[in-house]
Amino acid sequence: MKNKINLFVISFFLVFCFVIFYKGLNNSSIYTPKNINKKNIPIFEAKDLNSSAYLNSKIIFQEDTFYIVNVWASWCAPCRVEHPLLMELSKNQSIKLVGINYRDNLNNAKKFINELGNPYFQTIIDSDGTLSVEFGAYGVPETFIIDKNKMIIKKITGPINEKIVKEIKLIIK
Amino acid sequence: MLANQIGYYSLILGLLLSVLLCGVSIKDFNRGSKQISQDILSLTFLQLVFVIVGFLSLVLSFIKSDFSNETVFNNSHTTKPLFYKISGTWGNHEGSLLLWLLVLTLFIFLFLIKSKEQPKKYRILTLLFQQIIIIGFFLFVLTTSNPFNYLFPIPSEGLGLNPILQDPALAIHPPILYLGYVGTSIIFSSSLAAVTQSYVSKEWGQHIKKWVLVSWIFLTIGIMLGSIWAYYELGWGGFWFWDPVENVSLMPWLTLTALLHCIIVLEKRAALTSWVVILSITTFTLSMCGTFLVRSGILNSVHTFANDPARGIFILIFLFILIILSLGIFFLFHKENSKKLNNFFWLSRETSILINNWFMMYFLAVVLIGTVYPIFLDVISSEKISVGPPFYQKLIAPFLIPFLLFMSLGPRLKWIKSKIENKRSLIVTFIISVMLTFFIIKNLTTDLLFYTVLISAAFFLFFTTLKELFIKKFNNISQTVAHFGFSLLILSILFNSILSSEIITNIKIGEKYSYSRGEIFFKKIEENKKNNYNSIIAYFEIKDENGKIIELKPEIRIYNQPVIITSEADIKTTLLEDKFLVMNLVKGNEYFNIRYQIKPFMIWIWISVLLLGLGGLISLFKTRYEK
Repeated sequence: MKNKINLFVISFFLVFCFVIFYKGLNNSSIYTPKNINKKNIPIFEAKDLNSSAYLNSKIIFQEDTFYIVNVWASWCAPCRVEHPLLMELSKNQSIKLVGINYRDNLNNAKKFINELGNPYFQTIIDSDGTLSVEFGAYGVPETFIIDKNKMIIKKITGPINEKIVKEIKLIIK
Repeated sequence: MLANQIGYYSLILGLLLSVLLCGVSIKDFNRGSKQISQDILSLTFLQLVFVIVGFLSLVLSFIKSDFSNETVFNNSHTTKPLFYKISGTWGNHEGSLLLWLLVLTLFIFLFLIKSKEQPKKYRILTLLFQQIIIIGFFLFVLTTSNPFNYLFPIPSEGLGLNPILQDPALAIHPPILYLGYVGTSIIFSSSLAAVTQSYVSKEWGQHIKKWVLVSWIFLTIGIMLGSIWAYYELGWGGFWFWDPVENVSLMPWLTLTALLHCIIVLEKRAALTSWVVILSITTFTLSMCGTFLVRSGILNSVHTFANDPARGIFILIFLFILIILSLGIFFLFHKENSKKLNNFFWLSRETSILINNWFMMYFLAVVLIGTVYPIFLDVISSEKISVGPPFYQKLIAPFLIPFLLFMSLGPRLKWIKSKIENKRSLIVTFIISVMLTFFIIKNLTTDLLFYTVLISAAFFLFFTTLKELFIKKFNNISQTVAHFGFSLLILSILFNSILSSEIITNIKIGEKYSYSRGEIFFKKIEENKKNNYNSIIAYFEIKDENGKIIELKPEIRIYNQPVIITSEADIKTTLLEDKFLVMNLVKGNEYFNIRYQIKPFMIWIWISVLLLGLGGLISLFKTRYEK
């Protein structure tokens, strides 16, 4: 009798593990954030696109300037459209651009940068998309403006345009 | 091209031989003769030859940079040095599975040669169980990860090997690790065979102990090589990150270590049979489980491998078939030995080994939960968490204290019933350890009490084993050396973590950065062009508190195929400490981000793991009987 109970418990446990692993294989990266209204920048650690070294948010956001965080991907067409504007912004000395490469093939991402120029002083990899979601992004492209107190003060959904660039420049002043 | 075809067909022939071998061995099982038929030996050898041919043809394709082979195309490049072309063979998913197969077939062949004195039926059953595993892997390789996929039109150039994998330690790390990792398959097969034949006995213990030791030594050294690679190449300055891939190599090591101790009880006293069998099964299951976790891409980790759910599902199903098979056999055939043998006094060698087992099981549980809990949570509640080093440190470190104490006392006990001898000298040693620790660390750390107790325990083991080494000379030297190595390991890790210091700053050429204990001077940079990368070498002069100047030359490499920038740390190693300097580019800026670390006793971590391995090696080769 005791053996039967053992057997039952073990089989149940095994089936449970199997189901979990099986499901885990299929849905690995659906992530819903708990609070989108968070104004502070999240604390994270992520890989650098070029060196694949680990960077943490403290190091990236250590300078006393405005930051712009841009979520992009090589497969996203609007990202190509907004890219020249980001290049323009990157020439401005008083802001630093941080790129978050969202769910992308790394080789394609590098090609994208080589082709169109690199506006970012640091690009980090977000292969499963969680980091972007932590920032509060719904998709690509999205742009966040971060002030000197390391607070997210503005979020732009979709590609930026001339008007937004002007607005950003106003905010920085 | 030709090598491609030869490789592919030799794998198919190898699979057919597996099936044939199963048939022949079942027939031979019921035959009357005392020895297994010569055919089985020849067939096993033939199978090994086929797998070797398959493996060599992949190596050849890599050497010749034959890009009609998809695996070569994906992982190699003509400008790579020959050494890394060869090591590229097992630096990828397909090739590493071929290495799995090679080790599986090699070990069963060696097993058959080395087990001539063992009962025939037991040997045949071991072969059968091993062939089930081999068939599973053949199918896995051929259906989901064929290393010989043909590409047409033939690309003129390959995609290249990830530069962080181009490192000597990493080139030999997989083969060594696999010898240990996959070597546990033979322990699995033979313990299942022994259970079905009711052969879990002293004789079996003596015979299987050699195999346990071989796997254990390779696994220990393999893990160390991986850790060395992480330290020198990843440039984070640590040597163990509790990364899931590291964890999956640690888990079989824990069970294998427990098994090694149980086997000793089995070979001397024929007790703890259930432990031995369960641990044998668990060890290999954990190896397979590790393969599943790493290869299916269910976990995100630094070891980014191909993410293909089809592969994951195959290994998952195969893994559960093996688990069900082994548990079924265990429940059906295993009979606990008579009560008399399991009867021992609470203060005895057996008890101390049982305590060791329970500690190992606890450490295993911590690592296992830390590794798979995020998956479970993600599936059940869609919540994403990541388990970091603090979890493991908080849960493991306190338990090391009693563990180390038991480790110092356990080996001094006798079998069946014992009492502690030399109480006075033990107490004196203990007091010395506590005082020594207190004086060393009283100014160093905030958590004085905890570290004092922990380090005292480690020193206690250190001194007792050291004394043993000198007094008892060669009696039980393998155990003493291994335990001494372990105490040294814990001491080095603890002092390393307490005494390490780190400076992170941005600096430009010609600039000096002063800190409390010295000065960093960035002299110049030098650019070099190499065959497969361009490098920027920076020259730094670092003055320490005594005014001594050392020069460190960290490097940034920009590889061309694929384009990846890596930071090569420069490390000056001395017996007492490592000075570690790594730099990163800061985009659009003349500044470089540097990270300078002083890491005491690093080299002793490697030395102590080598001592652990040496202990195993001595035990493998010694002929003297030990008390």
